[in-house]
Amino acid sequence: MTVPLSWYLVLSAILFVTGVAGVLTRRNAIVVFMCIELMLNAVNLTLVAFSSFLGDGTGQVFVIFVMAVAAAEAAVGLAIVIALFRNKQTVDLDSINILKW
Amino acid sequence: MAEQILNDLPRLLPEVTLTATMLLVIIVDLLTKRSAVIPAMIALLGLAASGALAIGQWGVHTTVFSGMLAVDPFAVFFKLLIAGCAVLVVLFSLGSSELNNRERPLGEYFALLMGLTLGMMLMAGANNLLMMYLALELSSISSYILAGYTREAADSSEASLKYVIYGAFSSGLMLYGISILYGLTGSLDLAVINQTLPSVVAGGGTAVYALAIAGILACAGFGYKISAVPFHFWTPDVYEGAPITITAFLSVASKAGGFAMLIRFLKVTFIDPAAVAIPAGAWATLQGFDWHYIIAALAVMTMTVGNVVAIWQTNMKRLLAYSSIAHAGYLLMGVVVMSNEGLAAIMLYFVIYLFMNLGAFYVVMLIANRTGSEDIEDYRGIGPRAPFVTVSLSIFLISLTGLPPTAGFIGKLYLFAAVLNTQGWVWLAVVGALNSVIALYYYARVLKNMYLEKSELTAPLTFSRPQRALVLLLVAPVLLLGIYFAPLAQLAQASVKIFGTP
Repeated sequence: MTVPLSWYLVLSAILFVTGVAGVLTRRNAIVVFMCIELMLNAVNLTLVAFSSFLGDGTGQVFVIFVMAVAAAEAAVGLAIVIALFRNKQTVDLDSINILKW
Repeated sequence: MAEQILNDLPRLLPEVTLTATMLLVIIVDLLTKRSAVIPAMIALLGLAASGALAIGQWGVHTTVFSGMLAVDPFAVFFKLLIAGCAVLVVLFSLGSSELNNRERPLGEYFALLMGLTLGMMLMAGANNLLMMYLALELSSISSYILAGYTREAADSSEASLKYVIYGAFSSGLMLYGISILYGLTGSLDLAVINQTLPSVVAGGGTAVYALAIAGILACAGFGYKISAVPFHFWTPDVYEGAPITITAFLSVASKAGGFAMLIRFLKVTFIDPAAVAIPAGAWATLQGFDWHYIIAALAVMTMTVGNVVAIWQTNMKRLLAYSSIAHAGYLLMGVVVMSNEGLAAIMLYFVIYLFMNLGAFYVVMLIANRTGSEDIEDYRGIGPRAPFVTVSLSIFLISLTGLPPTAGFIGKLYLFAAVLNTQGWVWLAVVGALNSVIALYYYARVLKNMYLEKSELTAPLTFSRPQRALVLLLVAPVLLLGIYFAPLAQLAQASVKIFGTP
């Protein structure tokens, strides 16, 4: 018995929405980055599921690229968080507010 | 396969040159510590070589690397625009006291700038969803670092953090859209997606909704790059916090790359190649999904929010940030009509926008170098103290408003004409015209502060000869293109040919 495609899609949609909700509601920069990773992994799951069900390898190639770019993005993102922490001694997004409207 | 790749390689020479320049800048920076001039010279030479090679691609009309990248007049035009912008920004960077006043090597700054330019050039040519994503990320990741380059300044690192969060979030949304599009059509190649979509849409039901959601999510990525409302929240913060040179670069080149990618995506993917242009000059979209109204809504929101919020700004960089959001709105009008006339108007506008917007940012940088302030309040009475640069700034601002006899007027004229020549979009042109009136108010406020207000400071501000020459270099085209614009308009009309469209 095989798991139908829709199950994978529903799971990845749930993961994706969880990630989006996290980015929009959480105020800790590190947690926000984790939620973004969750969004990207939901995308990876969708791509792999489609790729497997379509019998086409392109989607899996895309996943490799997404993971590599996500790693680069996380590295830069965390470096920026450290630079900011040195200036402000906090990673709370609500207190990072010199610039507004 | 390998032979095909080798045959395609010469078509990639502008990008290869830029990559080599980036590596060379890193190596030279290691050898010549603390020198900003040598890496800058190498960067300038590399950009010039890359631009020359891009000119050599004029007239080519093909795709390379199994359809990954398109080499067509449209891409070449945007590559040249981006390279030109990068040259000016390198020149600006050498005179920026914000970047040069600390014990900080500028070599890696130029290396990152080359990476950013490379990403944007790839954006102009990307013809495959995977390539689009990679090009977008290459330019985004370089610009996150550059936005926070003066990392000792708290506002710079804050801008950088906000940029990285918004950027990663919108690229996540875009990726989800891409994954759905891939699931529906089974391909990442824009041309193949275009061929497969009619059968997907014909099925009706959930597939059409899925396609709509995928399209809107994919637009989040483009919308973030061109700072269209509602994906614009990063723009004012990043523009204010980042070094002015980077702000100037992002406001022109990043937008140009984003627009090139958006136009290619919409035009190659969603427009029916079998249907010839309908008489009004617009293009028929594939059945079942009408992009025009979504883009029109984005355009109206973008220009209105940009212009209205700009009224309350007190910081010059922030004012120009909202003005650049508003300009993205005007440019989106050209995307709405989707006709060749509309695209040519966008390209013409970008060339003009390059000069006027970079010019405005450069003068703001020069004044900030001297007075240490970017507040509009501190511009009071500055007119008589620095006549040449303030007159230049006035010309740039008048051009940004779109008043004759400056080039900005010509750009707006072409854009509005393209909208009016397409049936059913008169109301959009009216909204655009009303927005230009709002824009006049906040630009005029800067002029009033500079010339009509009195200030206790009277010491003249002096600028070096190269700085004044560079201002002149930017003012001259703004005035000249306002009078003699026919060759540029013809060039833009010749460049609208996108590979894979009729």
